[in-house]
Amino acid sequence: MEGIFWDFFLLRDANAAWVLLGMICICVASALIGCFTFLKKQSLAGDAIAHAILPGVCLAFMWFETKSPIVLLGGAVISGWLGMVGINQIQRYTRLKSDAALALILSVFYGLGILLLTVIQRSGNAAQSGLDKFLFGKAASMVKDDVLIFLGFSFLIIVVVLLSYKPLKLVIFDPDFAKAIGVNVKAWDFLVSFLTVIAIALGVQAVGVVLMSALLIAPATAARYWTRKLSVMLVLAALFAALAGIIGAYISYTIPRMPTGPWVVAILSFLAIFSVLIGMENGYIRRLSKNYSHGRKMLEENILKCMYHLGEPNENFFQPYSFTQLQERRYIETSRLEVGIRRLGRKGWVKRTADGVQLTAEGLEEGKRVVRIHRLWEVYLSTYMQLPADHVHDNAEAMEHVITPEIERELEHQLAYPTKDPHASPIPYRKD
Amino acid sequence: MIQQVPDPIIELHNLTVTYDRKPALWNADYTLPQNQLIGVLGPNGSGKSTMLKAIMGLVKPSSGDTKLFGKEVDEVRHRIAYVPQRGSVDWDFPINVFETVLMGRYKPESLFRRVKKEDKNIAMEALEKVQMTPFLKRQISQLSGGQQQRVFIARALAQQADLYLLDEPFAGVDAATESAIVGLLKEMKEEGKTIVVVHHDLQTVFKYFDWLVMLNTRLIASGPTEKVFQPDILTDTYGGKLNILSQIVDLIQKEGYPVQEKNT
Repeated sequence: MEGIFWDFFLLRDANAAWVLLGMICICVASALIGCFTFLKKQSLAGDAIAHAILPGVCLAFMWFETKSPIVLLGGAVISGWLGMVGINQIQRYTRLKSDAALALILSVFYGLGILLLTVIQRSGNAAQSGLDKFLFGKAASMVKDDVLIFLGFSFLIIVVVLLSYKPLKLVIFDPDFAKAIGVNVKAWDFLVSFLTVIAIALGVQAVGVVLMSALLIAPATAARYWTRKLSVMLVLAALFAALAGIIGAYISYTIPRMPTGPWVVAILSFLAIFSVLIGMENGYIRRLSKNYSHGRKMLEENILKCMYHLGEPNENFFQPYSFTQLQERRYIETSRLEVGIRRLGRKGWVKRTADGVQLTAEGLEEGKRVVRIHRLWEVYLSTYMQLPADHVHDNAEAMEHVITPEIERELEHQLAYPTKDPHASPIPYRKD
Repeated sequence: MIQQVPDPIIELHNLTVTYDRKPALWNADYTLPQNQLIGVLGPNGSGKSTMLKAIMGLVKPSSGDTKLFGKEVDEVRHRIAYVPQRGSVDWDFPINVFETVLMGRYKPESLFRRVKKEDKNIAMEALEKVQMTPFLKRQISQLSGGQQQRVFIARALAQQADLYLLDEPFAGVDAATESAIVGLLKEMKEEGKTIVVVHHDLQTVFKYFDWLVMLNTRLIASGPTEKVFQPDILTDTYGGKLNILSQIVDLIQKEGYPVQEKNT
């Protein structure tokens, strides 16, 4: 096993090395151009075009009777381009919306492709064997000559994308502005579409038409969850894609009859799902943890508010309370109350004495703040939304934990520092 | 009431724009003066944005033509800054405030070149003018609506143009931002710039603009604010339904303007 590992990674096996190199190039090129189609919100078009490539490949084979990659690539690009043009024209000149246009092109072209494939297989042409690999790819059977062509085109895509980083950013982010300063937006759109078609035509030979769109979308999706910068997004997408290419090639090298393409796609999909779950930029787990910490904040603020309310009638805010007294005023489960008090204690907002729990000076200010926001919001709702006084409390219960100091100041200013809330309770302001 | 001006900065000749054979702007023909703050008013779907887009050559007119600075738009693009509607771009795009403003320094002839130090300085100054310097590195989706609008305006400032076309810069913007932007526009006018603003709020028209263009698919009026802001023209522009509106106009005129305190 170890021998195989080193054979592979030290590139001792020439065939495996070519496959590896080819996979990396194709994956990286697709990932880079895929970032731009992703940001243009044309991910699905990639899928339709990948399927649209099939009839072109079949016709090129039937016409030239060869499996030479350059011929098939030519057929693929022409057919993919027709698909792309078809999608645009359908949207422009018919009433069909983009989803219908995509579905139409995908199914018509793919159907035609399968039909031609069947015709070829029945024709008894000796060279036909293996053409059906376009459906799921045939990465592991790439040889040096194929790879050199793939390398050339992948390199072209990578270089063009990197050189055009600045204009592409402009044109995709704000096409109207770009047009207004005199940039030829149509030409740039054309370039992106054209490079996408080439990337798809290349990728199809490695992973097949069915899985191709993953090579475009998955790296971009994964990368987007880790960064807010386009440049970093491109680098990450390229890295993810290269990693998937390497692992995929290695698996199919070590395990007999394991296909490279599907493995690459599986790994990319895993990376994408993983990133969506735990990515730093709005990943699912991060959102959960935000919710959790907001929950903690609500609990703490509610306890402080409760203690403030208890002290309000006789203006004695530093009186100690037992849990039962607190729970009578506002029911919080004892275990949660315990946790909240402990955390407030650590912040120095409450302290525990022999007689129970009492507010500290800082805790009082904080409790006052929550009550103030609550009551200001109630005033706001009843003045601006004309809500009756008995309808504003519930909303204020939620908003008191959300409103920022800036909005608080804005509220105070707009409402001109009201003294009472709609229930005639006084609004406690800061001392200054 | 269509008042023509000598030596205009913008000139429209029978400009008609149609979408799907439906006219969005019909036979607009006017001239606009230099060095003024010009408001474009009209109800929803009255062709205000379409007009700006047609002036910039973003939509093709089905007939008529426009002249800017007496020339074709393509000859003078470097002298014009266009601010699209805020809703026209994807604010989730992975780009930060500074990068966005820096786009104001992009030129079609030097798209591939690296950004110069001088351009960065100009972008920084523009950010300062709209008080967005602290948000320099923020991703644009993390800004409020007003802040996003300020970023767009900063990008236009960075273009250092002579003519500014702003499409609804006050839509969905807080009061503080609106008055900051208006202050800035007035400053720019003092510096000799011409500013055209698509606007919605009739109450502020007197306070903001020197010149008005009233649209309702066709051109209703173009002229100095005090001549155009009349009940009959407003009724023409907004249809007959705007009783409250005409009341406001009456009120403002009776009371004598300005009706609001000046923001100092």
